[in-house]
Amino acid sequence: MAAVSVLDPQGEFQLSSASLGESPGSADVPSSEQPELFLKKLQQCCVIFDFMDTLSDLKMKEYKRSTLNELVDYITISRGCLTEQTYPEVVRMVSCNIFRTLPPSDSNEFDPEEDEPTLEASWPHLQLVYEFFIRFLESQEFQPSIAKKYIDQKFVLQLLELFDSEDPRERDYLKTVLHRIYGKFLGLRAFIRKQINNIFLRFVYETEHFNGVAELLEILGSIINGFALPLKAEHKQFLVKVLIPLHTVRSLSLFHAQLAYCIVQFLEKDPSLTEPVIRGLMKFWPKTCSQKEVMFLGELEEILDVIEPSQFVKIQEPLFKQIAKCVSSPHFQVAERALYYWNNEYIMSLIEENSNVILPIMFSSLYRISKEHWNPAIVALVYNVLKAFMEMNSTMFDELTATYKSDRQREKKKEKEREELWKKLEDLELKRGLRRDGIIPT
Amino acid sequence: MNHCPCFFRLKKGHGGSFRFLSQPIFWISDLQLPRRGPGGGRHQPIRVWVHPPRRNRTSGLSPASLGAGRGLGAKPAAATSRRRKNMAGAAGPGTGAGAAGGDGDDSLYPIAVLIDELRNEDVQLRLNSIKKLSTIALALGVERTRTELLPFLTDTIYDEDEVLLALAEQLGNFTGLVGGPDFAHCLLPPLESLATVEETVVRDKAVESLRQISQEHTSVALEAHFVPLVKRLASGDWFTSRTSACGLFSVCYPRASNAIKAEIRQHFRSLCSDDTPMVRRAAAAKLGEFAKVLELDSVKSEIVPLFTNLASDEQDSVRLLAVEACVSIAQLLSQEDLEALVMPILRQAAEDKSWRVRYMVADKFSELQKAVGPKITQDDLIPAFQNLLKDCEAEVRAAAAHKVKELCENLPIEGRETIIMDQILPFIKELVSDTNQHVKSALASVIMGLSTILGKENTIEHLLPLFLAQLKDECPEVRLNIISNLDCVNEVIGIRQLSQSLLPAIVELAEDAKWRVRLAIIEYMPLLAGQLGVEFFDEKLNSLCMAWLVDHVYAIREAATNNLMKLVQKFGIEWAQNTIVPKVLVMANDPNYLHRMTTLFCINVLSEACGQEITTKQMLPIVLKMAGDQVANVRFNVAKSLQKIGPILDTDALQEEVKPVLQKLGQDEDMDVKYFAQEAMSVVVQRLRKLDLPVKDCDEPSAPGADKNHFLRPRGPGEDAGKEGAAVRGGQSPCRAQVERLESSEASYILVAGSVAPNVPSSSSSLS
Repeated sequence: MAAVSVLDPQGEFQLSSASLGESPGSADVPSSEQPELFLKKLQQCCVIFDFMDTLSDLKMKEYKRSTLNELVDYITISRGCLTEQTYPEVVRMVSCNIFRTLPPSDSNEFDPEEDEPTLEASWPHLQLVYEFFIRFLESQEFQPSIAKKYIDQKFVLQLLELFDSEDPRERDYLKTVLHRIYGKFLGLRAFIRKQINNIFLRFVYETEHFNGVAELLEILGSIINGFALPLKAEHKQFLVKVLIPLHTVRSLSLFHAQLAYCIVQFLEKDPSLTEPVIRGLMKFWPKTCSQKEVMFLGELEEILDVIEPSQFVKIQEPLFKQIAKCVSSPHFQVAERALYYWNNEYIMSLIEENSNVILPIMFSSLYRISKEHWNPAIVALVYNVLKAFMEMNSTMFDELTATYKSDRQREKKKEKEREELWKKLEDLELKRGLRRDGIIPT
Repeated sequence: MNHCPCFFRLKKGHGGSFRFLSQPIFWISDLQLPRRGPGGGRHQPIRVWVHPPRRNRTSGLSPASLGAGRGLGAKPAAATSRRRKNMAGAAGPGTGAGAAGGDGDDSLYPIAVLIDELRNEDVQLRLNSIKKLSTIALALGVERTRTELLPFLTDTIYDEDEVLLALAEQLGNFTGLVGGPDFAHCLLPPLESLATVEETVVRDKAVESLRQISQEHTSVALEAHFVPLVKRLASGDWFTSRTSACGLFSVCYPRASNAIKAEIRQHFRSLCSDDTPMVRRAAAAKLGEFAKVLELDSVKSEIVPLFTNLASDEQDSVRLLAVEACVSIAQLLSQEDLEALVMPILRQAAEDKSWRVRYMVADKFSELQKAVGPKITQDDLIPAFQNLLKDCEAEVRAAAAHKVKELCENLPIEGRETIIMDQILPFIKELVSDTNQHVKSALASVIMGLSTILGKENTIEHLLPLFLAQLKDECPEVRLNIISNLDCVNEVIGIRQLSQSLLPAIVELAEDAKWRVRLAIIEYMPLLAGQLGVEFFDEKLNSLCMAWLVDHVYAIREAATNNLMKLVQKFGIEWAQNTIVPKVLVMANDPNYLHRMTTLFCINVLSEACGQEITTKQMLPIVLKMAGDQVANVRFNVAKSLQKIGPILDTDALQEEVKPVLQKLGQDEDMDVKYFAQEAMSVVVQRLRKLDLPVKDCDEPSAPGADKNHFLRPRGPGEDAGKEGAAVRGGQSPCRAQVERLESSEASYILVAGSVAPNVPSSSSSLS
C-alpha cells in the first residue's frame, strides 16, 4: 500500500511534545487508521512558527514541513480520503496558516517596478499549505456541497485581503485558489465579484495601494469570458464604474495588460459598450504622464482592432480629436505610438471610410507637425499619413490646405475675443467691488 | 481617505524623515562652472531646483493629483485657488443681495457666450472659466444666475474631475451671488450631483461646500430643502452618494425638529452597517463628529452600539477609524459609562490583531488620554501603552515612542514621577537599543523633553545614560534628533554634562557622507554655540565651521556662510575680527575659484554684522583685489558684493575705491561681469547722489551715518516729493526700488519645476 505509507504514523509535533527528534518510521498504516491519522496531522499543522526568528524551533519547523509534504502527497494519491469530517479540519488548517495580517511594507512608497518585494518569511510552510489546499480543491472527490459550509463569505473575504501580499509567489497561488473557488462555488460568485469591486474602488479612490490588482484582473478576465449574454446591468456597471476608473491609477503599468484584456473581453461580448468605454478613456486620458499615454494608445488600438464599423462612427469625433492631440505631442514616443495606427490595416480601412469626418479633425495637427516637430522620425511618419490622406480624399485635402491659413486666423481672432470678454468681465467685477466699498458712487 | 496609518508610514527611504526636509524645494546640484576655462562655459551659476516627489499617500488624494499623472498640475491649481479666495472675498457671501443686485447687463454678456466658455473644448480653458464662475454670476446678476446659470450647471455635470472639483469649490461661496440666504437652496441641486461622483476629491469638496451652505440656510429652508437632500443621498444606489451623506448629518441635526432628528439618526444607523466598506469607513470617520451634536441619551443608546459594531468590523480599515471616534465619544460620557461602555472596546483595539489598528491607538494616544481622564489612564492606558512600546511591529513602536513625552506631560503632577520612573522608563530603556532605527529616532526626538518633567537628579541618573547612548547611535538621524533638542536638557542640567559625548557626535555628523546630514548639523550650530559658550566653541567647533566653507556641496557652503553670520551676531564683532574674518579673507587667495567665491559670499553676509570699520578696512581691499581675478564668476561676484556692501561703506570709500573698480569691471570683456558691474554702479551712483543731496541742500550733520536704514526708511507722503522728482517711483525711494529689483533678479535664478529660466539681464536698460 504505497499510497498509504506517505502518512508517517509516528511523526507528531506539538510545542509541548518531547518526541520531536524521532526518526520518521516508514511503517505502513492500516487503511482503517488512515483517516484518523490524516485528521491528526491536519490538526498538528495548525501550529504556527515564527519565521522572523530564524534560529528558533528549527527541528519542529522541519517536522511541520515534512508533515505538510506528507499531507500533499496523501491528498493527491489516496482515494476516499475526503470524508465529511475532514472538510472542517482542512479549512481550519488552511485558515490558521494563511490568514494573517500582512506586515507593513518595508519601503514607504513601495514601487513594484523598482523595489524588490519583501518575500514571505514563512514561505517554506506557506507554499505547502497552498499546494495542499489547491490539491484539495482540485481533488476528484471534492464536494462543493459539503465544503460550502466552511468555505463561506468570511473565508473568501480573508482570502481576498491576502492578495495585497508583497510576495508574488503567494499571489500566484492565491490566484489559482480563488479561481478554483469561483469555479466550484456558484453561491459565492456574486459575492466574490462584489468584494473585488470593493477592493478596486478602494484602490482607485482611497489608497492607490494594493499589490494584487493584476492577479485579480487576470481572474476577472476569465470570469468575463464566461459571462452569459445579454450582459447583466451589474456587469456593465462594473465595466464603467470600476474597470474604466482603474485607468486613473498611478501604477497603471503594473496591471495594464490584464486590464486591457478585460476591457477587450467585454467589448467582444457586447459591442454596444464600445462608446461608453472609449468615452471613459477620453475622460481619464493622462494629462501629464507620457508613459501612461502610450499605454492608453496601445489599449485603444486593441479596442479598435475589434470595433464594429457602426460603433466606430459613433465615437470617431472625440476619438480622433484625442488622437490629433497625441500626434502633436512633443513627446516623440506618444506621437509615434499614435501615428502607428496608420500602419494598422483595419484601422486604416475605418479611417478611409470616414475620411470626410476624420481628415478635417486631423489635418491642422498633421500640417503643423510636418512643419514644426523636433523629431525627424515623427515628421517622416506624418508625411506618410498626410500622403495617405491625400490619396484617400484629394479634394478635401486640397480644400483644407487652402483654408489652413484663414482657419488659423479665425482661431486667433476667437482667442482674442475671449480675452476681451474676460477682461470686460473682470472690469465689471472690479467696478462692483469699488462701488461696494464706496469708492465709486453708484 | 487618509485615515489608515499605512499611509502615514514612516519614511524609510534615504533621507526620509529628516526634519530639515520640511522645505518644499531642494537642490539636487549646483553647477558653478569656471567660465573662462578651456571650453569657456557661458552660463551663470545655475541651480537646479527640484520639487520633491509629492507624497500622495501621506495626505490622501490631494486635489492636484486626481488620478496621478493626469492632474492639470499642482502649480496652477494652487495659485488660482489662492486668487479665487481673494475673489470670493470680493464676491462671496459678504456681498449680499444688495451689492450683487439683480442688474446684470444682458446686452453685454449674453449667457450663451458665457456658457460657451464653460463648454470650451479645451479642458484648461474650461477649468479657467469655472474658476471664474463668480465673475460670470456677477455679470449675469442674481436672478439670471438662479434661473439660467445654475440649471445649466446642474444639467451638464459630466466633465473632467478637475473641472468638477473647481465647480464644487466655487459653489460653496455662491450664496451671495444667488441672492443671499433666502436663495441658498438653489445651490443644492448641482452640489447634490457633485456629491455623487466617483472621484473622492470632488465629492469631498462638494460635501464641504454643502456643509458651508447649510449654515446659511434658514431653519425652514433647512428642513424643506437640505434635509431631504441628505436623505436622498443616504439612500442612494451607488456607494458614493451614501458616503457623501455621512458628512452631512452633523450639520443639519442640531437645527432639525425632533421628528426629523429621529429620521436622521435612523439614516446614520443604517449607513453604519452598510454593505460596502467604503460607506462604513465614511460613517466611522464621522461617528465622533455626529456624536458631539447628539443628545446625551442618544449617544448612550445609539452611538455606543454603533461604535461597538464598527470597532469590531471585519475590515481593519473600518476598525481603526472607530479608534478616532473613540476620542470624541469618550469626551461626552461620564466616567462610569466610559468604563462600562467604551473601555472594553478600547482595550480590545489596543490589542487588535491588525497592526494598523494598534498603530492608530498609539497615534491617538494623547487624545485618548485626555479624553478618558487620569484615573482610567492610570488603570488602563498605561499598561496598554507599555504593550504598544514593545509591540512586534516597528511601526507601532515608533508611533508609541513619539507619544512618550506627551503622555508623561499629561499625567497628573501628583505621582507623575513615580509612574514615569516605574512604569514608563524601563520600556524606554529598551527602546534605546531597538533594532529598528525609526523607532530609535522617534524616541530620540522626544526623550530629551522628559528631563524637564523628571527634574535634575533623575535626569542625571537615569536619562543621561540614555542620551549618551543615543548620541553614539549608528544612525545619524537618532544623533541629530538628540542634538536638535539639546535646549530642553540645557535648562535642567546644563549642557556641560553632555559636552564630552556631544563633541564626537557633532564631529561625526559634521563629516557625514550625506550632505543633508551635514546641512542639518550646521543649522544647529548657532544654538550649540550659544549653549556651549565661546571658549568651548573656539576650541572645538570653530575649525568645523571653517571646514564647511570649503565643502564640495554648494548648499553646505551657503549654509556655512549664513552660520558664520549668526555666530557673529552671537559672539560679537571683536570675536569675528579675531577668529573668523582673517580665515575668511585668506581664502581669497585659494587656487580653487569656488573657495574664492565663498570669501565673497561670506563678506556679503558678514559685512553687515561686522559694521563699517571692519568692512572698510579689512574686507573691502580684498574684494577690490579680487576684481582682477581670472575667473569671470569671481569678477561678477565682486561686482555683486560691492553692491551689497555699498550701503555699509562711507562716501569716500565708495567714491575713491569702489567706483573706479566698478568702472573697470564695467568694461570687462565678459558680458555678465559687465552687466553686474553696471548694476552695482547704478546703485553706488544713486547712493552717492543721495548722500550728496542732503549735505548740500539741507543742513544735516555731515557724513551721514552708515546706517543704511537711513535711506530705506519709509517716507511720509509729500516728504522730499519735490526734490526727488522723477527718481521717486510709486512712492518709494529709489533705494528701495533698487532693493526690490535686486531681489527679483535673485529670483530669476529659481528654476521652477524643472523649466530652465535663464537669468536675463532684462532691466539693465531701464536703469542707465
